[in-house]
Amino acid sequence: MARLSYAQASCSALHAAMQQDALVVALGEDVGRGGVFGQYRGLQQTFGAERVIDTPISEATIMGAAVGMALAGLRPVVEMRVVDFALCAMDEVVNQAAKARYMFGGQGRVPLVARMPIGLWQGSAAQHSQSLETWFAHIPGLVVVAPATPQDNCGLLAAAIACGDPVIYMEHKELWGLEEEVDAARVERLGVAAVRRAGSDVTLVTWSRTLHDALRAAEAAQAEGLSLEVIDLRTIWPWDRETVFASLRKTRRLLVAHEAVQVGGFGAEIAAVVAETLGVPVRRLGAPRIPVGYASSLEAVTRVTPEAILSVARELAKKPAR
Amino acid sequence: MSETAMSLAHAQALYRTMARIRAFENAAEEASKGGVAAFGASLAQAKVRGPLHLSTGQEAVAAGVCAQLRADDLLTSTHRGHGHSIAKGASIERMMCELFGRATGYNGGKGGSMHIADFSVGMLGANGVVAAGIPIAVGAAHALRVRGGGALVACFFGDGAINRGPFLEGLNWAGIHRLPVLFVCEDNRWSATTATGAMTAGEGALARAQAIGVPGLAVNGNDIFVVDAAAAALTAQIRAHGGPRFLHAVTYRIKGHVSVDAAGYRSHDEVARALEQDPLELAAIRIAAIGGVRAVLAAIDAEAQAEVAAAVAAADAAPSPPDAEAYTDIQDTGAGRWRD
Repeated sequence: MARLSYAQASCSALHAAMQQDALVVALGEDVGRGGVFGQYRGLQQTFGAERVIDTPISEATIMGAAVGMALAGLRPVVEMRVVDFALCAMDEVVNQAAKARYMFGGQGRVPLVARMPIGLWQGSAAQHSQSLETWFAHIPGLVVVAPATPQDNCGLLAAAIACGDPVIYMEHKELWGLEEEVDAARVERLGVAAVRRAGSDVTLVTWSRTLHDALRAAEAAQAEGLSLEVIDLRTIWPWDRETVFASLRKTRRLLVAHEAVQVGGFGAEIAAVVAETLGVPVRRLGAPRIPVGYASSLEAVTRVTPEAILSVARELAKKPAR
Repeated sequence: MSETAMSLAHAQALYRTMARIRAFENAAEEASKGGVAAFGASLAQAKVRGPLHLSTGQEAVAAGVCAQLRADDLLTSTHRGHGHSIAKGASIERMMCELFGRATGYNGGKGGSMHIADFSVGMLGANGVVAAGIPIAVGAAHALRVRGGGALVACFFGDGAINRGPFLEGLNWAGIHRLPVLFVCEDNRWSATTATGAMTAGEGALARAQAIGVPGLAVNGNDIFVVDAAAAALTAQIRAHGGPRFLHAVTYRIKGHVSVDAAGYRSHDEVARALEQDPLELAAIRIAAIGGVRAVLAAIDAEAQAEVAAAVAAADAAPSPPDAEAYTDIQDTGAGRWRD
């Protein structure tokens, strides 16, 4: 165990993977210098410029080259800096990485990990603040992962690199500095959620940075006698139905909260499946369908706060459980 | 290799590759009639469904470049990729089965013409998106370097691709990393139904490559002797660790953008002039000049047509993939959650 930040934890996982397997490489802008968030620190010194590859600002070719590397036998870890920039590489993600195995009839596979940090980031405005996990969850062929803790950013990244499918790996920019004791040897399983707080009245499903707001909301709810069970989804696709359903059999009420825009967000998918399958009351909470503004007052309008979560949870708790 | 130095055996082998491609394209075209609704064709069912992009008239580029490739070299292709596949060593029968959407096709019926691939011969796939193969080729070259062994990647793309961003990105990347890539601009002069020249500023493909620092040659892509010699020179330079090279091979798309496109948007004169430069005819003249006989080439033509006829018969008889195959080779993580 060592006390590591969210950024250091991912670096530790990548270091271990590169040490274990000479076919694991990393590529992207500024990775040789350690990455803009320090999440590649020291790797090029250890593994050389052939395996920790500095690239031009060429997102399409960073992603497309990773597809070619993977088809030719490597296991690339791709740095996109922020998900907003990955939009310059959507053909390479959606038409190439996600489709290659299927359309070539299984002749090739694309075991790449594309790191695309999401989320609000203190004044970064409309083009550096988006949470686009649902775009990728919509595409057959892709796995989508969103770690919320340093421990998970180590164990889930290790699992993503070991996974043979293309993984969209979405760290949160406001979590880089978050620290905790991390067991660097622990590899998580993709598609398995974590119950972060047990409760009995409402099941609160969330992921990424919103987990921490959800836990604050649950704490405040407890003080007023409302018991929230907080589930950190961790993998967006495939999401852990078993854990969510097990919780709902107890609480009979679902609230999904996420930082992404609520309209068409992944919360809608979870709420729909739960409503169709269990018929229990569901609520969603996400950002309004507006771009993220620069001024702190404007940015705050898009934030899903603990107060907002608690408010919706209260309303939901008033509904008779079915 | 100068054309006078080309052996008759090598010339005939190149001709054979071209003849096999031509026979394949002709048979595929025939089987596609009525296959798409676009360009005014009917909706009637054809054996080859959907858009079929033929490389008829462009055979010398595929044959000449691939003759200089080793078995362990890799290749990325375009939506017009039948010729590249055949020239790299793919089986005509398994290709035809794929075009017919059969379980016995290279992709098990999941890809069709636009995604034809044979990884066993290093053919990493045709691609339905213009210029998409360029970054893939660059990454594959990185993999070859990391894994060692001295192979290269031949990256085919059309003249339309030079107007997409990945062209600039990919050439720049290959240049700064000195990657073993032969970029082949197979210039058939048409971007779908628009003349590429009208849509392209500046001096064209090779000038753009040179501006990025990737040296190369511009050649008559219909002359198999010339393409073969240029490819030999450029691949030798790449294998001597010279970094990427560029081949601009100017040819002509004899057929429409897709098989059912009558291409009424271009003049009869233009097409008539192009037909006078048919690469197989040109090759026959060249081969005669170094002592070849027409009868040998006629026999090669006949063998190619027989091979393709047998492939069509096999594809006709082969089974379609079962419905369950729609759900395989997508992803392992979360497999089975198709409807959730």
